[in-house]
Amino acid sequence: MEITVNVNEHTIKSDIEPDCLLIDFLREHGCYSVKRGCETSNCGLCTVLLDGKPVLSCSMLAVRANGHTVHTLEGLQEEAKDFVEFIADQGADQCGFCNPGFVMNTISLLRENPDPTDDEIKSYLAGNLCRCSGYEGQLRGIRNYLNSKKA
Amino acid sequence: MITIKNYIRASSLQEAYDLNQSKQNRIIGGMLWIKMASSNVNTIIDLSGLGLDSITETDTEFSIGAMVTLRQLEMHQGLNNYTNNAIKNSVHDIVGVQFRNMATVGGSIFGRFGFSDVLTMFLTLDCDVELYKGGIIPLNKFSQMDRDNDILVRLIVKKTPGKFVYTSMRNTKTDFPVIACGVSCINGQYRFSIGARPGRALLLTDEKGILSNGLTKQSAESMAEWVSENIPTQSNIRGSAQYRTHLIKVLTKRSLLELEKVK
Repeated sequence: MEITVNVNEHTIKSDIEPDCLLIDFLREHGCYSVKRGCETSNCGLCTVLLDGKPVLSCSMLAVRANGHTVHTLEGLQEEAKDFVEFIADQGADQCGFCNPGFVMNTISLLRENPDPTDDEIKSYLAGNLCRCSGYEGQLRGIRNYLNSKKA
Repeated sequence: MITIKNYIRASSLQEAYDLNQSKQNRIIGGMLWIKMASSNVNTIIDLSGLGLDSITETDTEFSIGAMVTLRQLEMHQGLNNYTNNAIKNSVHDIVGVQFRNMATVGGSIFGRFGFSDVLTMFLTLDCDVELYKGGIIPLNKFSQMDRDNDILVRLIVKKTPGKFVYTSMRNTKTDFPVIACGVSCINGQYRFSIGARPGRALLLTDEKGILSNGLTKQSAESMAEWVSENIPTQSNIRGSAQYRTHLIKVLTKRSLLELEKVK
């Protein structure tokens, strides 16, 4: 079946199988920031923005993105650049495997709530798992970024 | 792993219903649970083109389409004003925002999953479900029915004056609940909905009149004792039956005392 999806501001037309998952569709079209992690819809590693909302691409049929807009980290690097250095400064990226999902969901958080409290940050990012850092580094990084904007 | 031969975005409820009569076909809500199954599906039926993805509010009720996401429930001001944020509290620990942007009310309620916070919460409300062929029936009745091939169209939450509290106990923050507890007082009638027993949620009322002389610390304790004695529990990987029974008593008492503080 043929679908048309706007991925990172580029229109992609593709013939797919009905059970093709969005993650596989995106990786086939060069979006390698989108990674497969837990396979149980729990880890947030495969997060992409569908019409601006964060979703799990590992658990969504690609056909459901037909006619919609998808953004992956490849298309949002400028927006991410603002805060990822603050996270890196805290050593919170460590192995880096979870980073794209974390960054995508942080972009969504900051679009929705530009000045979140620590509890709001923790709550919004609860669906992104990191096995290295214990999450404190990411929280400090985002907090430092937000403080830097107020300075 | 699930394999799918065909995908059809239904153009009407009748088309979806007809397709759903075959055991080889499946309706998808958010697809989060179906994706975990190891099965071969002939045709996946997608309801996302039927306008079932909105919440409408009138003076007397909320109408919640089956394809409304848990995130929509969480963010809906009217629903949360009416339920003292109990609806928000019932879903905000379900995995993460991304998951809740996908999981649907219809999927959770129609599945009548034991772990469902959503079913546990909605049982505390004055709530009906509308089935395409089965018509409008009380949610409590629907929750005890076996699964069939009908289609859940929407939930109808009547704005009967009431107070609501929702709590749950989880081993880790975003895991399934070990026990889920919704307590409400609607038109003076107390309701106790207990989910993750781990079986599907059950609803009790104060049929012994334990709270008929008012809600005090002592009557809340007696009520909680009675609820814990009358809700069957079982053991699984998340907790033993005995632990669950103990938690029911603790959370019911706590919720009742919290309910008293709600204005």
